[in-house]
Amino acid sequence: MMQCSNVLSSSGMSRRHFLQHLTAGAAWAGPAAHFLSTLQGEAAELQKNQKSVILLWMGGGPSTIDMWDLKPGSITGGPFTAINTSGDVQICEHLPKMAKQMHQMSIIRSMSTREADHTRGRYYMHTGFVPNPSIDHPSYGAVIAKQLESTRPNLEIPPFVSIGGNSAGPGFLGLAYAPFIVDSNGRIRNLETETSADRWKARIDFLNKLESQFIHQQRGRAAGEHKKVIEKTNRLLTSPQMQAFEISKESDIVRENYGNTAFGRGCLMARRLVETGVPFVEVDLGGWDTHNNNFNQLQAKLPEMDQAMAGLITDLTDRGMLDNVAVLWMGEFGRTPRINGNTGRDHWARSWSAVVGGAGFTRGIAVGKTNADGTEVETTPYSSEDLMATVLQSIGISLDTRFTSTNGRPIKIAGGGRPIKELLT
Amino acid sequence: MCFSKKAMARNIHWSVLLILWGGFESANNFAASQTSDGPSKTESPSHSIDQLVSKGWKENEVLPSMRATEGEWCRRVFLDVIGRIPTTDELDTFLDDKSSEKRSRLVDRLLSTSYADSYTRNWENIWTNILIGRSGGTERNSRTNRRGLQIYLHEAFFENRPYDQIVFELISAQGTSRPPGGDKSASQFNGAVNFLAMKLGNDPNDDDYGTQAAAKTSQIFMGQRVQCTQCHDHPFNRWKQNQFWELNAFFRQTVALRRFEGSRNIAFIELADQDFQGPTSDPEEAEIFYDKRNGLRMAAYPVFTDRGGTTTKLSRSGFLEDVNRREQLAQLVRQSGYLPVALVNRYWNHFFGYGFTQPFDDMGPHNVVSHPELLEYLGKQFVASGYNLKQLIRWITLSDTYMLSSRFGVKNKIDDPATGNLPLFSRFYPRQMRAEQLYDSLLIATHADKTATTAKKQDEKRQEWLQQFVINFGTDEIDAGTTFNGTIPQVLTLFNGDFIRQATRADEGTFLQKIAADPTMRSREKLDKLYRAALSRNATAEERKWANKSFSQSTDVTTALQDVWWVLLNTNEFILNH
Repeated sequence: MMQCSNVLSSSGMSRRHFLQHLTAGAAWAGPAAHFLSTLQGEAAELQKNQKSVILLWMGGGPSTIDMWDLKPGSITGGPFTAINTSGDVQICEHLPKMAKQMHQMSIIRSMSTREADHTRGRYYMHTGFVPNPSIDHPSYGAVIAKQLESTRPNLEIPPFVSIGGNSAGPGFLGLAYAPFIVDSNGRIRNLETETSADRWKARIDFLNKLESQFIHQQRGRAAGEHKKVIEKTNRLLTSPQMQAFEISKESDIVRENYGNTAFGRGCLMARRLVETGVPFVEVDLGGWDTHNNNFNQLQAKLPEMDQAMAGLITDLTDRGMLDNVAVLWMGEFGRTPRINGNTGRDHWARSWSAVVGGAGFTRGIAVGKTNADGTEVETTPYSSEDLMATVLQSIGISLDTRFTSTNGRPIKIAGGGRPIKELLT
Repeated sequence: MCFSKKAMARNIHWSVLLILWGGFESANNFAASQTSDGPSKTESPSHSIDQLVSKGWKENEVLPSMRATEGEWCRRVFLDVIGRIPTTDELDTFLDDKSSEKRSRLVDRLLSTSYADSYTRNWENIWTNILIGRSGGTERNSRTNRRGLQIYLHEAFFENRPYDQIVFELISAQGTSRPPGGDKSASQFNGAVNFLAMKLGNDPNDDDYGTQAAAKTSQIFMGQRVQCTQCHDHPFNRWKQNQFWELNAFFRQTVALRRFEGSRNIAFIELADQDFQGPTSDPEEAEIFYDKRNGLRMAAYPVFTDRGGTTTKLSRSGFLEDVNRREQLAQLVRQSGYLPVALVNRYWNHFFGYGFTQPFDDMGPHNVVSHPELLEYLGKQFVASGYNLKQLIRWITLSDTYMLSSRFGVKNKIDDPATGNLPLFSRFYPRQMRAEQLYDSLLIATHADKTATTAKKQDEKRQEWLQQFVINFGTDEIDAGTTFNGTIPQVLTLFNGDFIRQATRADEGTFLQKIAADPTMRSREKLDKLYRAALSRNATAEERKWANKSFSQSTDVTTALQDVWWVLLNTNEFILNH
C-alpha cells in the first residue's frame, strides 16, 4: 500500500498510522481501552494542527468600496458610513458582526488586477494565471489539495469541496483534484447503493478490470482520469467521514450563530469539513453583480454575509482552529468607484479589496491604500498571484513548488507571485 | 497493427498508407467508395478534408492512427449526429451491410427523414444550450421561454433550414415568447424571440442595455469574444471598445416588453422594435454613451465591423421608419465573413472534440488557427452549399479523418491537444458524452423510451434529470456550469441514480428480463448482446472469463446480467465517445 510505505519511510510508523491498525483490529477492550482513548485524543490534536484554507467566494464582483474601503465624503463614496472595529481598521456600518471580529482579519486594500470580465476574472483570481488557450491552470483548491494530501492519509472524502458554487477546475492536475460540488444543505445525491456488499464488490472488481483494459489501449488521458474518479467515489460511499456534510448534527446554537441562510449553512459545513481534514473548502455567495441599485442590494445582502462570516471566525476561534485555517474572502474584481446612472456600480479591477485571516496571517490591519475617491491604488499594488502566494505561505506551502503542465512546461506555483510581507509574521 | 519497417519510413507516400489501412477492413475499400450524391469521393469535400489534414501530419512528421473498428465508427457517428448510441439492431444492420457504400448509406440514413426526430432533437438541444445556456428559461420569472425556443429550433432543424436564415431569424425576431396554449397571444408567438429576450434589459437608455445581446451575438455567430471590450480595448485582439458599443447600438430600438397575467411573475415577453431617442432625446442623432477607462464619456452609433475590418455605418437616426437597426444587423451578420468560419469551427469541434482554435468560439487574431487552409476551404464550401448544415455533417463524417481510431498510433504520440499542442487530427480524440447523450443513449439501450407515457411527459422527465447537473454562477451573464463533467457527482449518478436503477431493473417486460428469459440465446450470446448495446462490440474471451469469475456467486443469470449491465454502463469505454 502506497500510503503505508510513505508514512513508514518518512518517520517510521506514525501515531496516526498505528491508530489505524488499532481500530482496524477492533478486538481491543478492557485494559487497552484507556490507552486507546489517549491515542484518540492525540489523534484529534494532530488533526487540529492540520492546515487548511476556506475561501469565501463572492461571485459577481462585490463592491468592496462599500464594504472594506469606504470613501465617505467623496463623490464616489455612496451613502454608507464607516464604523470602528476590534481591529485597527474601519469597515461598513452594515457589517456590525464582522466589526467585532476584525482583530482576527486583515484587509488588503491595494488589490489591483486587470481582468474585469466575469469569466476571465473568476479564472484569474482562482488560479493566479490569466486565461491561456493552451494551458488549463489548477485553481486554489486543486493546488492546496495536491500539496497537502500527503498530510491526510486517512482522508476518505474529496480534498477539495465547493459549497454552493462551481469554484474553478483542477486544470492540468487532473480530475482527481476537481472540486466536489455540493449545495449548502449538504444533500449529496445518489449515495445509497441498492445492492448487497458482496454484489457491489463483484461489480467493482469487474469494473476495475474493464477500466484498466481500456486505459491500456492508449486512448489518452480521459480514460485514466475516469478510473481515478471511480476509485475516489467508491471510497466515499462507505466513509463515516461523509457526516461532515451533515450540519444537522450541529446544535441549534451553533447553527444560529452562522445564520439560517444558504451561505451560513455553507460556512458551517466548511468548518465541519476542515475539522474532518479537508484541506480546501470554498463557500460561494453570488449575486454581487450590482450594476443596478447597488446600495439597496448591498443592504439586503450584507447581513447574510456578515453573520455567516463572523459566525465562522468565532467558531474557528472557539475551537482553537483559527491558527491553522486560513480564511480568504474575495470575488473576481471590485466595482467602479463611479456610481452609474442606475445607482449601480460596474466591473472594476484596478483598485479593490480582499480580506484574509487566521492561519499565519498578521491580523487586525489594513494593507495598502487607495486614493481619496478609491479610483487608484496609492501603495504597492497586489495581484492575484501575490495574494495566492501569501495564502499558500500562511499555511506553510513552499513557493518554490513547481508543477509540470501536461505539455511538459514547468509552472510556478501561484503564478510566481510574491507574498505580501506585512501579512506574514 | 503492423506496418512494415519500410512503410514506417518518414517519407512514405500517403496513398500507400491509405491502401495499407484499407487492408485492415478489406470489405470496405473506402478510398474508392462512392457517395450516394453521385460525385466520386476523390472530388468531394470529404476528400479535401483528408488532404488538408494530412498535410499537417507530414509537416509534423506524424503518422495517423489506424482506422477505428466499424463498431467504433458506427457508435461515434450515431452519438455525434443524432445524440445517442446505436441500438443492437442498428449496429448489426450496419455491420452486416456488405456494400462498399455502407458508411455513406448510414450517414445518409441518419440525415434522412427516418431519423428526423432524433436528429432534430439532438441539434435542437445543442443549440438551445448555445443560445440561452443550460439554465436559460429554467429560473422562475425568466424572460426566456426555453420551450418556446425549442419549438422554433425544432422547426428549423427538422426542415434543415439554411443556417444563415436561422441566424437572420434569431437576430431579427419579433413576437411573443410563450408557445401557444389557446390564449390571445398565440397568434404572435415566435419562438426565435427567446434568443434575445433575456439579453436586453429594461430601458434602452440604460448604459448597459443590450450588452449581453451584443456579446452573445458576436461570440455565437461570429466567433468573436468581445465581452471585455465593453469596458476597455481588448488586451490581445483588434477589437476596440468603440466597436463593442457600435455593435451594441444596433439593439437599442429593441425592447422586451414584459407581460403579466394576474400575478407578479412574467407570463411571457413580447420582443418589439420602437423609435429610440437616445439619452439626449434627439432621435435624429440617437447615440449611446460609454465610458473610456480614463473617464472620458464617448458616443457611439451603429457601425458593423466585418471580418477583414470593413465597416458598414448605419444612419444615426433612431426612427424606425428611417432604419430598423436590428433587422439591418441581422442582415449584416447573415452576410458576414465571420458567419461561415465560425459555424464550421463550431461543427468541427463538435465532431472532432477540438476546433481549429482553442476555444473554438474565440477566433480573434490573438488565437492561432491550427488548419487555416481547411477552415477557409470548408467555410467557402459551406456558403456554396447554401449554408446546408446536413451537407457539412456529411462531409465531415465521411472523411477518412473522422474514421481514425482514438488509440495512439506508432508515430503520433505528440498529437494530444489535451497537453496544449495544436490538434493534428491524426487520431480521434475521445471525449465524454454530454448529459443529454447519456440520457438518450440509456433510454434507447434499455427500450425505456417505449414505456414512457407521453412525449411531453418524457421531455419533462428528461429536462428534470438534466437540470440536476446545472450550476449557475452568481453573475448577470448567461453562464452556467455543469457537474456532468467526469467528477464524483456524475459517477454517483451512474453508480446509484434512479435512472441507472431503472435501466438495470429486471422486472417483467424490461430489456434485461427479456434477454435473461430468452430461451433461444446461449449465455455467451446474452453477454454479447449487452456488450453490443452498451459498447457496440462483443465481449472478448478474456472479458467473458472475468465476468464469469466476478459473478460466479450470482444466484441466477438475471442477477449476473444485471451486474454486467451496470458495470458496462459505468465503464470509461461507455461514457467516452471514442
